[in-house]
Amino acid sequence: MNEAPATLIGTAIARPDAVDKVRGEARFVDDLAFPGMLHAAVVRSPHPHARILGIHAEAARSMPGVVVVLTAADVPGENIVHVIVDDQPALAADVVRYIGEPVALVAAETRRAARAAVDAVRVDYEPLPFVASPLAALEPDAPQVAVPSAAEGGNLFNRMVLVKGDVDGTFAVADVVVEGTYETGYQEHAYLETQGMIAVPDGLGAIAIYGSMQCPFYVQNAVAKVLGLPLAKVRVVAAATGGAFGGKEDVPSLLGSLAALLSSATRRPVKLVLDREEDVLTTSKRHPSRVFYRTAARADGTLLAIDVDIVLNAGAYQTLSSAVLWRSLVTAAGPYRVPNVRVVARSVATNTVPNGAFRGFGSPQVIFPHESQIDLVAERLGIDRVEIRRRNVLHSGDRTSTDHLVRDSVGIAETLDRAAELADWTARLERAATYNRASRETKRGVGVACVLYGVGLGGKAPFLDKAGATIKLEPDGSIAVAIGTVEIGQGLTTAVLQVAAEGLGVPIDRIHLSPVDTSRVPDSGPTVASRGTMMSALAVLDAAGRLRERIERVAKAHRIAKREIAQRLPEIARFFWLENFDPAVEGWASTEPVSWDPATGLGDVYPVYAYATHIAEVEVNVDTGEAHVVDYVAVHDSGRILNRVLASGQVEGGVAQGIGFALMETIEEKDGRLIVNGLTTYRLPTIRDVPLAAAVDFVEALFPAGPFGMKGIGEVPVMAAHAAVARAVAHATGRNPTRYPLDPPRIKSLLGEKP
Amino acid sequence: MRIHLTVNGTGRTWEVAPGDTLLDVLRREGFAGVKKGCGTGDCGACTVLLNGRAVNACLVLAVKAEGHTVVTIEGVAQGGRLHPVQEAFLEAGAVQCGYCTPGMVLSAVSLLSHNPDPSEAEICEAISGNLCRCTGYVKQIAAIERAAARMRESQ
Ligand code: FES
Ligand code: FES
Repeated sequence: MNEAPATLIGTAIARPDAVDKVRGEARFVDDLAFPGMLHAAVVRSPHPHARILGIHAEAARSMPGVVVVLTAADVPGENIVHVIVDDQPALAADVVRYIGEPVALVAAETRRAARAAVDAVRVDYEPLPFVASPLAALEPDAPQVAVPSAAEGGNLFNRMVLVKGDVDGTFAVADVVVEGTYETGYQEHAYLETQGMIAVPDGLGAIAIYGSMQCPFYVQNAVAKVLGLPLAKVRVVAAATGGAFGGKEDVPSLLGSLAALLSSATRRPVKLVLDREEDVLTTSKRHPSRVFYRTAARADGTLLAIDVDIVLNAGAYQTLSSAVLWRSLVTAAGPYRVPNVRVVARSVATNTVPNGAFRGFGSPQVIFPHESQIDLVAERLGIDRVEIRRRNVLHSGDRTSTDHLVRDSVGIAETLDRAAELADWTARLERAATYNRASRETKRGVGVACVLYGVGLGGKAPFLDKAGATIKLEPDGSIAVAIGTVEIGQGLTTAVLQVAAEGLGVPIDRIHLSPVDTSRVPDSGPTVASRGTMMSALAVLDAAGRLRERIERVAKAHRIAKREIAQRLPEIARFFWLENFDPAVEGWASTEPVSWDPATGLGDVYPVYAYATHIAEVEVNVDTGEAHVVDYVAVHDSGRILNRVLASGQVEGGVAQGIGFALMETIEEKDGRLIVNGLTTYRLPTIRDVPLAAAVDFVEALFPAGPFGMKGIGEVPVMAAHAAVARAVAHATGRNPTRYPLDPPRIKSLLGEKP
Repeated sequence: MRIHLTVNGTGRTWEVAPGDTLLDVLRREGFAGVKKGCGTGDCGACTVLLNGRAVNACLVLAVKAEGHTVVTIEGVAQGGRLHPVQEAFLEAGAVQCGYCTPGMVLSAVSLLSHNPDPSEAEICEAISGNLCRCTGYVKQIAAIERAAARMRESQ
């Protein structure tokens, strides 16, 4: 690759996919239509837990425009939405386990007719006792929510442990011990585009699914199962996807299955698009959590031991909870060296909407505690908060909490130093102190947070960490690339094109990347875990290397010099065509081996970690309890940055979501019902809530196995941001907040507590 | 009932129901660039220009557009040429998933048509009704400032 044209890696080229988007021409799922297309609506449970006694659909079936009404009895394949554990039905058959669970489906000529028919379907229920709180659900006499085959017992979906060293012995002799119980609530993804799927008969008994999604291969598997079709007869195509953040990881498998059931029953295209209220009420969210966290340290601030108990509210079905819980478990110590570790993590079934993936994936729930705890240790010992982190962060040659010896690409210390420098940490603390002495009504506070993120799926699901790509040289010298991970706004299209151009040694504008279609590439795993760009880029590089060799061979045969290849590619492509050379290459990538021992929780759990340090400054109004982020510094180590504009966009967006999580976003639940009315009452950060002069920087600790040294970045910013903001509020108020969100009522009550 | 309006410079006559919103009707008639994020006036994804002013099309009944002029995102580029706001959004990296983009661009176009040299505070005010879940709004501000400067230069 040394003869590549001027390197594209690290260049902030503009996103090619943005052109359609600024013109309003990008086609999202609700913008698509197919001849004869019907519209779907879902009959949903109004009860958190009930037995279905009967479903009466005759009236609905005879309404104008209604084509079909389906119930569980009409499912041709297995009535299962396959994610990890097969406990969730596509349509509830005997029992409903959460408010909003699908019970029946309508397809009609118009959306309006479908919705009207939903109201006409009468379902007789026998309400059952329900439980919405995970702690109550663990009581021996709690109503049984979990499908027994999916639980370890009662409502305990999963219990995992991680044990290293001598925890109790260390606590007994440590100089300092601090503890706290931390709670976080729901966070709604609130992607601006609601969820939607279209199922279309695809000829020869096959079905195609178009939709808004992160994981086309998950959808393919789920649809095949529910229709009883072979995978080869299910083709899934990702439409332009209007934000996802984890919310379109598992839920599209359910929605795709529902649309597919209707399409298969009617032999017509069927569109299912959720409106905002339905989306917020019935789709997954960030798992509410309760984490008890105890930390032991030496007098010099060295962390010695942690003892952590994690409970996540999984909701009614498993979906992704075991994977989310696993990440909570193996990253509970954060980016610090902790020799003695005990973590017990449980996910619990309740009669609430199943929770799933949300950017950070189980890690924000442990980051809030680990960053609070290290600050408490610092405070007890009179050590500066940046300094105590410096003394504890991982360096190359250290072992993580899972005993993973990390050698390559460990940039946390550099992010910390750089962030402290950019924030002018010490001077900033002094300025805040001066400000606070002079101001009664508003107080300033500065917070710092360090995080570690295992890139990829890790030792819990190593079989998913692979990706394919195909590259085809067209006879005119243009190049068609197909991959299996999805552009969800994160910039994957641009980064993959940059890598393809670099790998092939041809100008980027010769290359076209098509939307993901499962029939074009092998199962490439999900677009999650900050892996999408890295894995597809590796697969593209693999294919590009081999196609490049072929191109060079053909060029040589025709006496075209290597340095002329980029320019004379159309000629070379023509020779490929005339002389019958194979112009298509398949690429493949899989991650380095990972390991995890369920008995101890130890292992080399991820191929590599990304790191970040964020520093936030907030201003808190002590009269109103309002907190506002006034300044911000974010420094990331994600290895090589392929495109700084894209990467800083990821950081700025993650910071906004982190601010939302820490300060404003939550949903109350009452009797199993979520108290929320779409975006009217679920308040998202607006332009007034974010720091507009944030300093974003990168230190690039290269990852040798990554494409050009990159790791992943997508999830990391939100993970650091909420904690930096929460710790800034702690500093401003002189209290240790233990619950999100830190909205005005909570800050006022915090201020009412003894410091 | 029937309404007559001008959309992106072309006169249209459409059959609408009394309860139809302008958003429903525009999307039904093929202006799919107008996005629906909520339908309740909370997100700004459905922003269009009604007689030159940015409005949430989901809050306007179609019948109220009788006799008026509407500009959707499809009408912002002139021929093949992008509007300076669109160009600046591309250059500044202000687009991620792009779902909020049409509404955001129209809010900015409306702002700059009334105020060619807005302050940062005025830009914030103009797009405070446009939610974006992907970006941190930073690059949109830079884009709008860039577009404003370019439009002033070319005056
Ligand atoms: S769709 Fe009109 S404001 Fe959200
Ligand atoms: S770019 Fe995705 S909502 Fe704004």
